[in-house]
This record gives sequence, structure tokens and C-alpha cells, in this order.
Amino acid sequence: MMAHGALLELSKWLSATSLSREIQTIGWVIPTLQTIHILCVAVLFSSAILIDLRVLRVLQRDVSLAEVARRFLPAIWPVLPVLLVSGSLLIIGEPRRALLNTTFYLKMTLLLVAIALTACLQWSFASTFWEKRAGKSVAVLSILVWCGILFAGRWIAYTEIG
Amino acid sequence: MGFQELIVFLEGTGIADSIRENDNLFPLIESMHVLAISLVVGSIFAVDLRLLGLAWIARPVSRVTHGILPLTWAAFVVAVGSGGLLFISNATKYLANDYFVAKMILIAIAGVNMLGFHFIGARDQSAWDNSARPPFKVRFAGGLSILLWISVVICGRWIGFTMKLG
Repeated sequence: MMAHGALLELSKWLSATSLSREIQTIGWVIPTLQTIHILCVAVLFSSAILIDLRVLRVLQRDVSLAEVARRFLPAIWPVLPVLLVSGSLLIIGEPRRALLNTTFYLKMTLLLVAIALTACLQWSFASTFWEKRAGKSVAVLSILVWCGILFAGRWIAYTEIG
Repeated sequence: MGFQELIVFLEGTGIADSIRENDNLFPLIESMHVLAISLVVGSIFAVDLRLLGLAWIARPVSRVTHGILPLTWAAFVVAVGSGGLLFISNATKYLANDYFVAKMILIAIAGVNMLGFHFIGARDQSAWDNSARPPFKVRFAGGLSILLWISVVICGRWIGFTMKLG
């Protein structure tokens, strides 16, 4: 497959870079990056779930969705770039682990869906849409997608090839 | 039954066997553990930041805790259940791992910090419940909690790099 060949070439090239070699050889770098990554995941995931649970009227019914969204959406956006940077460094350190792994692409696809759903909420949290059945369905979808991202993330370690 | 015998017994149970032998069971339980601990840590941070007077200061502390801690506790139950299953699958190896032992001690300290806050620190909560910047003891408990849970995550991730599961 051509795409696979190109990704293999890219992985080889990445692992030969000096940055990749540094990440590979200094023992504490990968666990440290993973720790930063998981702490950011904790903040982002919890913020998204707390908003979704407010949409579903499970928690924080005493305040409006707008107030909950105004508290937790700003915790999501700035953390996202930190996740992208720590994730990218992890890929540069071990390119084949992710780039040749179907689970990684599943995670990225789910991430794009999650970002789209969060952006929808950012633009419309004051709307009555979120009080309707459709809005609640989107919140359930959001919870499932975020859980999928976390599962896929952990599963990358178990599906790497070679 | 002593502690050693209990560990041997747990490792020998059918469920511990299944988790060791089945290729998918360990990652599945581990994923649930990561998911649960992410919710525990992320939601506790949200509460701690309010205790520190750094976030959602317009909302009374009691409203923030009532609104968020049910999620924290639900996730904590899942984290302990899934963590317990991972533990019994290789109990002896986990107990021999310094990061695992450190993680358990840190969680215990976080528990003591929380109980101390709940039963002693929060006695006069009505006096500062609405305050944007709660008294020092409250901010201290919040700050300590954040540091402890960050340390728990650090130890948790390091377990995976210092233990060879067979």
C-alpha cells in the first residue's frame, strides 16, 4: 500500500532526527511526556464531561448551562495545544508506535469529532437547543466520543506493530 | 490469614488468572482505570481551584463541591475497582514496585487531607462559603490536594515503565 509505504518512510526519517534520538535515549523523557499528556487529558476530559452532565441535567442543575460552559470551556481550549505538543513529541520519539497504528488514527478521528462538538457548544451554549432532546443526544455522543478517545489512547500501547 | 497469605490467595483466584492470561482483559481494565482516574483528578482540580480562590469564585464553595464531587466519587469507585483488579492480577510484583507503594501512600495522604478538610477545616464553612478567597487553611488543603494528585498520576505512569508484567 502506498500510504503505508510513505508512513514507513516518514517514521524512519523521524526516528533518525536528532530530536527523536534525544527522546529515545534519555530515559525519563517519554514517561514525563506521557505524564504531562495524561494530566492535560484529565483536565480536558473532566471539563467536557462536567458540561455534558449539565446538559443532561445530571449535575449542577442550580446554575445555567451558560454559566457551566463559561467556567469549563476556557479550561478546554488552552489545554488542547499542550496535548498536541506533548503528543507530537511522543510520536517523534516513537514514530512507528503511532503512525503505523490503526488505533492512533481512530483516536485522531474521534478527537476531530470531539473538537467539532466542543466548538458547537462554544458557539451555542446560550441556545435552547441544549434543552431539547437533540441537544441531550449531542451531550451523550460527546461523552461516548471522549471515552473512546481515552480507550483508544491507552490501546495504542497494545496494538503497535513490530 | 496474614497479609502475605492474602496476597497469595488473591493472585490465585480465578479472576486474577483470567486477567493475567487473557490478552484483552488487562488493557480493557487498564483503559477503564485511566478513564476513571482522569475524571477523579480533573474534577478534584476544579474543586481545589475554587478552594484556592482561583476559579468560579462567584459561586459559593458548597455549590461547587455539591455540583462536582458526585462525579469525583463515582469515578473514584470505578478507579479503585479497576485498580484493584489490576493489582490482584500481579499483586506480588506491584507490592515490590516502589512507585506503586508511593502511589498508595500518596492516595492515603490525599484521603487524610480531604477528611481533615471536611471534618475540621470546613466546620466554619458558612463564614467563608461565599468568599472569593477562602482562609489560608482552606487554600492550603486545596493546593496540597492538587500537588498530591499530580504526584499520584506521576507514580501511576512510572509503574508502567518500571514493572515488567509477564
